[in-house]
Amino acid sequence: MPGAFTGPDAPDLDALRTCVHCGICVPQCPTYRVLGQEMDTPRGRVYLMRAAAEGRAALTEGFARHLDLCLGCRACETACPSGVRFGELLEGTRAELRRAGPSRRHRLLEALVLAVFPEPARLGAALGLLRAYRRSGLQRAVRASRVLRLLPGLAAMDALLGDVPPAAPLPELIPARGRGRGRVGLLTGCVQRHLYPGVNRDTARLLALAGWDVVVPRAQGCCGALELHAGRTAAFRDRARRLAAVFPEDLDFVVTNAAGCGAAMKEYGEWAPETAWLAARTRDVTQVLAEAELPLGPLPAAVAYHDACHLAHGQRVRQEPRALLARIPGLRLVELADSDLCCGSAGVYNIMEPEVAGRLLEWKVRRIVESGARIVAAGNPGCLLQIARGCRERGVDVEIVHPVELLARAVDRAR
Amino acid sequence: MPLTRAVVEELARILGPDGLIHSAEGRLVYECDMHAFYKGAPDVVALPSDAAQVQAIVRLCRREGVPVVPRGSGTGLIGGAMAPAGGVMVGTNRMDRILELDLVNRCATVEPGLINLWLTRAVQDRGWFFAPDPSSQMVSSIGGNVGTNAGGPHCLKYGITVNHVLGLELVTGAGELVRLGGKVAERPGYDLTGVAVGSEGTFGLVTAVTVRLLHVAEAVKTVLASFPDIEAASEAVSAIIAAGIIPAALEMLDDIMIRAINEGSGADYPKGAGAVLLIELDGPAAEVEAQAARCAAICWERGALEVRVARDEAERALLWKGRKEAAGAVGRLAPTYLLQDAVVPRSKLPAIMRELVAIGARHRVQIANVFHAGDGNLHPLILYDDRNPEELERAKAANEELLRACIAMGGTVSGEHGIGLDKAKNLPLEYADADLNFMYRLRGVFDPQRLMNPQKLLPSHPACGEGFRPARPRLPDGAWI
Repeated sequence: MPGAFTGPDAPDLDALRTCVHCGICVPQCPTYRVLGQEMDTPRGRVYLMRAAAEGRAALTEGFARHLDLCLGCRACETACPSGVRFGELLEGTRAELRRAGPSRRHRLLEALVLAVFPEPARLGAALGLLRAYRRSGLQRAVRASRVLRLLPGLAAMDALLGDVPPAAPLPELIPARGRGRGRVGLLTGCVQRHLYPGVNRDTARLLALAGWDVVVPRAQGCCGALELHAGRTAAFRDRARRLAAVFPEDLDFVVTNAAGCGAAMKEYGEWAPETAWLAARTRDVTQVLAEAELPLGPLPAAVAYHDACHLAHGQRVRQEPRALLARIPGLRLVELADSDLCCGSAGVYNIMEPEVAGRLLEWKVRRIVESGARIVAAGNPGCLLQIARGCRERGVDVEIVHPVELLARAVDRAR
Repeated sequence: MPLTRAVVEELARILGPDGLIHSAEGRLVYECDMHAFYKGAPDVVALPSDAAQVQAIVRLCRREGVPVVPRGSGTGLIGGAMAPAGGVMVGTNRMDRILELDLVNRCATVEPGLINLWLTRAVQDRGWFFAPDPSSQMVSSIGGNVGTNAGGPHCLKYGITVNHVLGLELVTGAGELVRLGGKVAERPGYDLTGVAVGSEGTFGLVTAVTVRLLHVAEAVKTVLASFPDIEAASEAVSAIIAAGIIPAALEMLDDIMIRAINEGSGADYPKGAGAVLLIELDGPAAEVEAQAARCAAICWERGALEVRVARDEAERALLWKGRKEAAGAVGRLAPTYLLQDAVVPRSKLPAIMRELVAIGARHRVQIANVFHAGDGNLHPLILYDDRNPEELERAKAANEELLRACIAMGGTVSGEHGIGLDKAKNLPLEYADADLNFMYRLRGVFDPQRLMNPQKLLPSHPACGEGFRPARPRLPDGAWI
């Protein structure tokens, strides 16, 4: 039987063979923790991919199911002693699954979601509708009806979105305060821009305070992360090229405050070599601020830090945000058990797979309650939405924020 | 013979809708353990959630004459958790609870699927730990550790799994649920716990394990010493033991392994050294201090290039992380390898290492080494590319020769990984016919129909279980004796 992988972005057999089947990744995998079966472990998924590449397995509905169930959190990459690049293998395999076409229902819902989220204008319009819908009292009527039960994806989306703030675009240039260090670009993101405009505002403010001129190109689009994770590699390349065209090439860094965006951008070079310069210059905001001198006033609070997967596993950034938070006088960082276990957000996973996502969220909220923290900080809008929803639904009185919001508050207190 | 639909339906009734896997993808991923060389897909995989379900499965399989294969985390290295004759694979992954923590009596009772390290994590805040620490301990299950009687770096001082198992709950191949041993170590009658530990599922399926917990030592120090070659390091090992020091662990790695690990975990082992010794000492602070100084001095005397003591817990953890991930890190050097765990008397270490080099050269294969030097337990990894059948043959030949060389030096074919399908054929190298026949009869007491993990542990033999008559193996020409 010939190999089932034939497309240009299919995983390379040599890359698949890097896995020696040791299983060190298995207990670190959130879907294994929930489902407890080998097909839903990184080792099992690589085994399936390899079998497909070698012609021992076909791209069936069942095969697709186990790859769809993967959160793409890449905790397995952190665990792997052999250096298997699971994220890339997953994306390549999903590209193959798109071509082979099993699992129609999943891909239909995915197409619907992807038609909205990575398009800032469409997302903005959709959220405008949502605001109107909530004000009109329709929301209560719809929630009371059975409609949402018939559309689990829609129900998940509805539950996810808390209060939607009004739009607040940033100016295209925010000049540095005091001694200048250079010039950085800011990616405003799709979800971040519309649901957490305050995080972008605080990011720009802190960067300026740290001595950076902040350039915020108005025409910027989506980074393409969601498409990459869905295996829509052509669309992803397209996004990478367009984003690279929007940012000036003489920037010192391009800063992101959304872990998912940062992780995808740092991989641009692998998919579209002409955008490698942008990948090389992409930094998470906490990486850029780590060295900065910021005037920080007291902020007495017990804070737990949740590791966004695409920051901790995707970008290997763990220490910088913790160190930054620890610099705030009075702020006490408390231990959060399993801080780098996915909360279930994972891009649009919580909309696509509400059941598994719900179990992970349940655990995350329980660990947060055990930690005794009053504030949880996380560097990705998806996590913020998901964890906030989990706490809201369970009546857990914890504030969920991006680390830059705490830093900005501390700066305010210093004056 | 595939399972009948009636049997599958009855299994589904026992296990519930989520507890039985029979999809093509499911059967495929369960076809092998870490030793992916041996493949055998089960007809179905059962994932029971309690002992009652396990017992019901075994009784059904016994009635129907269906083989039963246990599987924990699938990290075995011997072709143990695979189904050469099909049948029902029983995964313990969902039986991973701690049933009782009894710290006053220094023990815990756990389900077999619990991951080894998770037990230590659950009690370490209170100053306790579970001593057996196979390198897979962050993944492997305690049930699997019991099945193979697993060892680990710290077994030099603390003993292997059997020394830490106080009691077992076992569903025998005859379908009975029996309790062997118990919390109180002193009991009348046969030591059946000792017999069952290391039986690799051929007696039945373990459903609960009562293990001993130990107090964390007051102090621990990890010393890393590098040497120009394996021989000098081996001499240092012998000198340390001869000085009356029993380190908690005494591990050796060769240059190939050092390279792979440095690339993997960034443990920063000394580059360019021919061998590295990892020496861990634990106990009362004053004693540890004195012994660490003594070990360092011995290493310098034996020609060490560098000796350094881990400054803090983070550095110590990193040194161990490198060691524990060694087998995985080899993926950076070659896609596949044969891994042995033969043992030689410690005094023979320098000799066997010389022989290993010669064997590698004779068969033109690269052999990486990482092993428990303190107890002479080797772990040569024979690297090969499985796309090249001729290379695989050379690797296998080197492997056989190596085992025979170890036996010839008074060693054994396996120290801690178990026998499985991989080494069953090698048991006649060290056991006489009468010994093997006795083992067959013992197994029959627990598993009269021989349905439990067939083809594992004991070499194949005439169906009646008696009259095992293997040909005496001849040592190949050129084998070191």
